[in-house]
Amino acid sequence: MRINSLEALKDYKSRLCGVSSGKTSILMSLGTCGLAAGGAKVADAIRAELDKGLSGKYEAVSVGCMGLCYCEPTIELRDEAGRSAIYGHVTPEQIPAILAAGLDGEAAGATKVKRTWYYPEEEENKDGVLQARIALRNTGRIDPEKIDDYLKYDGYQALGKVLKTMAPEAVSQEILDAMLRGRGGAGFPTGKKWQFAAAQPKGQKYMICNADEGDPGAFMDRAVLEGDPHSVLEAMAIGAYAIGADKGIIYIRAEYPLAIERLQKAIKQAREMGFLGKGIFGTSFDFDIELKYGAGAFVCGEETALIHSIEGKRGEPTFKPPFPAIQGLWKKPTVVNNVETYANVAAIIRKGAAWFKSVGTSGSPGTKVFALAGKINCVGLVEVPMGTTLRDIIFGLGGGILNNRGFKAVQTGGPSGGCITTKNLDTPIDYETLKSIGSMMGSGGMIVMDEDNCMVNIARFFLDFTCDESCGKCTPCRIGNRRLYEMLTDICRGKGTEETLEELRTLSNVIKDTALCGLGQTSPNPVLSTLDNFFEEYEAHVKEKRCPAGVCTALLKFTINDNCIGCGLCAKNCPTGAISGKVKSKHVIDQDKCIKCGVCQQKCKFKAIDKK
Amino acid sequence: MTCCCECSKEKALDKLMRLEPEKTSELTAFIDGLPLVAGDVEKNRGFLVETLHRAQGIFGYLPVEVQQVVSERLGLTRSEIYGVISFYSYFTDKPIGRYKINVCLGTACFVKGAAKIVDELKAKLGVDEGETTADQKFFLGALRCVGSCSLAPVVMVNNRVYGNVTPDMVDQILADCED
Repeated sequence: MRINSLEALKDYKSRLCGVSSGKTSILMSLGTCGLAAGGAKVADAIRAELDKGLSGKYEAVSVGCMGLCYCEPTIELRDEAGRSAIYGHVTPEQIPAILAAGLDGEAAGATKVKRTWYYPEEEENKDGVLQARIALRNTGRIDPEKIDDYLKYDGYQALGKVLKTMAPEAVSQEILDAMLRGRGGAGFPTGKKWQFAAAQPKGQKYMICNADEGDPGAFMDRAVLEGDPHSVLEAMAIGAYAIGADKGIIYIRAEYPLAIERLQKAIKQAREMGFLGKGIFGTSFDFDIELKYGAGAFVCGEETALIHSIEGKRGEPTFKPPFPAIQGLWKKPTVVNNVETYANVAAIIRKGAAWFKSVGTSGSPGTKVFALAGKINCVGLVEVPMGTTLRDIIFGLGGGILNNRGFKAVQTGGPSGGCITTKNLDTPIDYETLKSIGSMMGSGGMIVMDEDNCMVNIARFFLDFTCDESCGKCTPCRIGNRRLYEMLTDICRGKGTEETLEELRTLSNVIKDTALCGLGQTSPNPVLSTLDNFFEEYEAHVKEKRCPAGVCTALLKFTINDNCIGCGLCAKNCPTGAISGKVKSKHVIDQDKCIKCGVCQQKCKFKAIDKK
Repeated sequence: MTCCCECSKEKALDKLMRLEPEKTSELTAFIDGLPLVAGDVEKNRGFLVETLHRAQGIFGYLPVEVQQVVSERLGLTRSEIYGVISFYSYFTDKPIGRYKINVCLGTACFVKGAAKIVDELKAKLGVDEGETTADQKFFLGALRCVGSCSLAPVVMVNNRVYGNVTPDMVDQILADCED
């Protein structure tokens, strides 16, 4: 069925919503994490239970990620009045009890999880919850494979509104007024980008979606694509109308098979209903979208590199200007926006720029999705208004540090970002404040670290990543980062001196100033921010040849304490024969022979081996 | 005397047809189905990455003959195709094991001890990162974040995901890989 007018769409929606089934929906979170955690078995158990006679009362719905990754598999019971109950760590065995209890009862043995978000588009924040879901508004509550589910939540109405009632310039202006900024990391105003491309002479133009989510530790784009693919398609069509493009491309990682499958289905459905293709909404506007696959190159997240990759070349960046909005794919004006940026667009068009600005801070309105991971209790996806403090995110939503350890730092911005410490936990975060405390927004990965993480080693980890992913085109990035990595390796192995620390800083600044693209210019950030915040840890490595966190093996010393009962197990397993002693008396480790492999500590049953 | 342009040698397509007739037909059928424009090298190049994806899906890797066939059909030089293959980590020109074991080395997995898993696998398989065992069964590789950070550390074997992996689980993971 094709929809040709906004009225027809609204009609269709009210018919969809008007049909009351009287059933309670069971939303089953079946994104990649949900499936890996055993969600499919839970789904089978639910379906089996419904077949036993509960199908009049319940309806099973597969949805994308709810963001509660730490307690997958998760399910939510929700009735038509909006009452809901969320259960986490669900096992197939708990299903009969949960379904018998329903929304009113309590299921013994099952874990209920509190909802920590509200939907600014639909409701007031009455309970003072921390999360506000705009980009993730549908993720986790609609079936991503059914376009009707998307339409029930006002899907494609924003597209209908712009095509029928707004001039292209007005669309760009609305997005500019809303001050929507690029959620991929740099924070460039999206409306500006659209205006630049719109100002180019008429002709072939392209609308690209950057779904090459490569930052280690960031998975919000995957969640949107798996859980709400239509929101991206709709926004791309809106942008295309604003700039005058008729062709869209989604550049997606080949490592996201489920997201690819769902996008393909969504594109097909949108074409069938006339939201993509020729004469959209019965107007003269044509727009269609195709998928292009990445092939594993982090640098392709940089827009000029991404464009080269689509053109079938090596994904090397080129100098800007000319900016892609002027000269992009096949040398035509091209807009490249990130998935999360697109996910905000339809809501802004529906509710207006002023509404969007009522959320977040004045310089960075709206929300940001963060992928909370690392040494934290509640790993997951959270969407918070800009200006929320790290303390609220880590200790409020994240539930604090794993195993009650001490908080040491949080790394934001991936390999381009930096580490933030306790002293900045109460800074309200947006693009500017994060920059001022030596990190950056990046795509929104947030990795929490505790006392057991060595910051020199973390910096080395990121440099290892950048060396691997540097495309090799410019010298500062190709060779400079390699040198940084070698210096950090020296420090971790106890070969660093105080001069090494000076050299680290100097070289970092040179790379920052001279590298060609965003990847190189930001790659020294992890080094600089750890040098600034954890200088004493670097000093301990070079002056005392000591790793305070006990991570850098070469600097550790294994010794045997008084717990030793002389069983000889360690001596038997030591690969270099460094341990000696009489049976039933305390053994000793010959430090000259010890290669610090740690086997003795693993084998000892009496906690008699110390590692310091 | 043989000619330096290798014209006397068996053509890549013929050789491939002789060795792998079905796979080769599948690849040529795919390329024939692409909307290529004769003479428009720039636009045709846009199909290179997806052609290589398909070719690697069919052959498991991208041997030189496959590269040559792709080069002839798309009208691109072989050096250019090799340039693209070597640039992207997803493509490989060497045969890899039937079971691709990839340890995620994204940040979340790293801070939760993924390096220990790699060490354990290296010791158990007797190969280094990026290598395949002599019996062509296992390939050991590293990935940069599969986006399943809540399950860190993560190991992927072909399309199966193992979460919260500890070194003790390595034996079981290998045991799951029975043909």
